Amino acid sequence: MGTSAFDAVIPVICVTLAGLVVLLAESFRKKQERMPLGGLALIGLIGAVIACVLLWDRNATSFGMVTADNYALFVNLIILTVGILTVVFSQHTVERDGLPAGEYYALLLFAIVGMMLMVQATDLLLVFLALETMSIAVYVLTGIRFNDARGTEAAFKYFLLGAFASAFLLYGIAFLFGVTGTTSLDGIGTVVAAQSMSGNPMILAAIALLIVGFGFKVGVVPFHQWSPDAYEGAPALVTGFMSTGVKAAAMAAFARIFLSSLEPMITDWAPVLWGVAAITMILGTVVGVAQTNLKRMLAYSSIAHAGYLLVGIVAGNEVGKAAILFYLAAYALTNVAGFAIIGLLGTKAAPNDDLRDYAGLWHTHPALAGLMTIVLLSLGGFPPTAGFIAKWYIFSAAVGSGYYWLAIIGFLSSVVSVFFYLRIVVMMFMTERDARPVPLPVAASAMAGLAVTVAAILYLGILPSRVIDLAAASISTVF
Amino acid sequence: MGSDQLLFVGFGALALLGALAVVAQPNPVYSVIALIVSFFGLSGLYVLLESPFVAVVQIIIYAGAIMVLFLFVVMLLNATREDGSEWDRAHPYYRPGPMRLGAVLAVLFGVQMIWALTRTVGLGVGVGETRPAVESVRDVGRVLFTDYMFAFEVTSILILAAMVGAVVLARRREE
Repeated sequence: MGTSAFDAVIPVICVTLAGLVVLLAESFRKKQERMPLGGLALIGLIGAVIACVLLWDRNATSFGMVTADNYALFVNLIILTVGILTVVFSQHTVERDGLPAGEYYALLLFAIVGMMLMVQATDLLLVFLALETMSIAVYVLTGIRFNDARGTEAAFKYFLLGAFASAFLLYGIAFLFGVTGTTSLDGIGTVVAAQSMSGNPMILAAIALLIVGFGFKVGVVPFHQWSPDAYEGAPALVTGFMSTGVKAAAMAAFARIFLSSLEPMITDWAPVLWGVAAITMILGTVVGVAQTNLKRMLAYSSIAHAGYLLVGIVAGNEVGKAAILFYLAAYALTNVAGFAIIGLLGTKAAPNDDLRDYAGLWHTHPALAGLMTIVLLSLGGFPPTAGFIAKWYIFSAAVGSGYYWLAIIGFLSSVVSVFFYLRIVVMMFMTERDARPVPLPVAASAMAGLAVTVAAILYLGILPSRVIDLAAASISTVF
Repeated sequence: MGSDQLLFVGFGALALLGALAVVAQPNPVYSVIALIVSFFGLSGLYVLLESPFVAVVQIIIYAGAIMVLFLFVVMLLNATREDGSEWDRAHPYYRPGPMRLGAVLAVLFGVQMIWALTRTVGLGVGVGETRPAVESVRDVGRVLFTDYMFAFEVTSILILAAMVGAVVLARRREE
C-alpha cells in the first residue's frame, strides 16, 4: 500500500461517506418503508476502524493540519467503538421512540466526524471547526425527541451555553495567534519553547480562555452547569454517546494542546488545573450522592470522572499520559453500557430513569441487573473491573509527580462515590418490585452488544497490561 | 494624533457604543439596529487593518443578510419589548445576589483582559513565522484553497450537519 496525501483522513472520510449515504437513503425512503440505516452507519464505522488499524505506526499526515499518529488513532478507536455501540443499541430504541432514523444516524455520524478530526487536528483552526461540527450535531441529538419539553429545554440550554463556551475558546485561540503568529500546534510549540513566555500576560490569558472552552466541553466544575440538565433531557443512548464521545474528543485535544504546544508553560497552568481537578472530583461526587434520578446521578459521576482525567494531565508524566488514554477507554466502555441499560429499560411513555424504577430489577430483568452491577462497580472503581485499574494508574501518576493531595482527594471522592453506585445495586437486588408494569423485552442485538461491552470492561480490569502498553507506546511517540 | 488614530478611535467607539446599546435597549428592534451600527464600526476597523475584503464581507453578510433575518424573526415574534421581566425573576440566578456576583465577575474579567492586552509588548509584530499579509480577495482565495483547503472542506460538513439539524428541529410540529 503506497502513501498518499489523503492517508491520515481516510478514517474520517469513511464515516463522512456513511453519513452522506444514510442521508441519501433516507431521502429515497418511502413512508412506512423500513431501511437498514443503522447497518449502513455500522459499515462506515467499521470501515473507519479498519482504516485506523491499518494506519497504525505509519504517522501519516495530511494537508498540514491533520495527523494520524498513534495517539490520535488510539482515541479515534475509542470514539469509533462508542459510535458502533451506540448504533447497535439504538436500532431498537429509534423505532420504539419514533425518532427520525435517517437524521438520527446521520447526525451521529457527523458528530463522530467532528470528534475524530478534533483528535487528529494539529491546527487550532481545525480544532475549532471540528469542535463545532461535533457540538452542533450533538445539540440537535439532545433535542431529537418529538414533543418532549424536557429534551427541547436541555438542547436549548446546551446550545446557548455551548455557543458561549465556543466563544471563549475562539478568543483563546485568537490570543494565542496574537502572541505566536501561527495557529499550527507545532508552530506554537516552537515559539513558546524558544522564548520564555512565562510572564507574558497575553499567553496566560490565552491559556485561561482555552481552559474555559475545553473545560466546558469536558464538563469540569465550574463549567459543568449544563451537563446534568443536558444528560437528563437527552434520550439515554444519546447521553451515553455524548458523555463519552464528546468528553474523549475534547479531552484528547485538550491534552494534545496542553501537553505538547503549551508544555513549556506547565508551571503556569498546572496549578490552575490542579484546583479545577480537585473541585471537580469533590463536587461531582458530593452532589451526585443527593440525586434520585439515575441519569442525573451518572451525569454527576461523569463530572467526577472528568476530574480524574484532569489529574492525569496535571501529573503530566509518562504514567499520567498513558493513564489518560487507558482511563478514557475504560470510562467510555463503562458509561456507554450504563446509559444503554437505562435507555433499554425506558419506554416511549416513561423514561423509567428514576432510582425507584430500578427497585427489584433483578426479578424482572436478571441479566440487565447483573450487567448494570458490573458497570456500576467499574464506575466506582472496584476490582476486577476496568474502572479500578484506570483509577489506580491515574492516582499513581499523581503520586509519581508529587501531587499527593490530589491523589488523596481523588481516592476519598471515589470512596464517597461508591455510596451512590452501591445504592443502585442495593435497589436492584434487595428491594421488592411494587405493582408496576413489567418493562418491555430487550432486543437480542442490544443484549449481545451489552454483553460484549461488559466482557471488555472485565478484560480491561483483569488483563490490562496489553492495552496499557499500547496506550503508553502510542502517546510516547507524540509528546 | 494622526488621522489613522482618529479614525481608529472613532470606529472603535462606534463599535463599542453600538454593542452597549444592543444590551441596554428594552426594545428588540432597536437592539438589532444598534447591532448593525456596531458592525459598521467593526467594518471600519477592518479597513484600517488593511483587509478590505473582510470589511466588505462584514457589511454584506452580517450587517446585511444576517441582520435582515434577525429583524424578520423579531417582527414575526411581534416582540416589541422584553416581557421577561416578570417570570424570570423567579429563577435563582436572577436574584440580586447572583446578578451582582455575575456583574463583579464580568468587570473583573474585563479588567484582566485590558491589563493583559496593555501589558504585552511587541504585539502585532508576528513573533513566529512571518506570513505574507492577506489583503486582497485574490490572496484570501489563494490561502483558502491552498493552506486552508481541508478546513474549508470541513466547514461543508459543519454546515450540512447544521442544516440537517435545523430540519429535524423545525419539522417536529407536523408529525
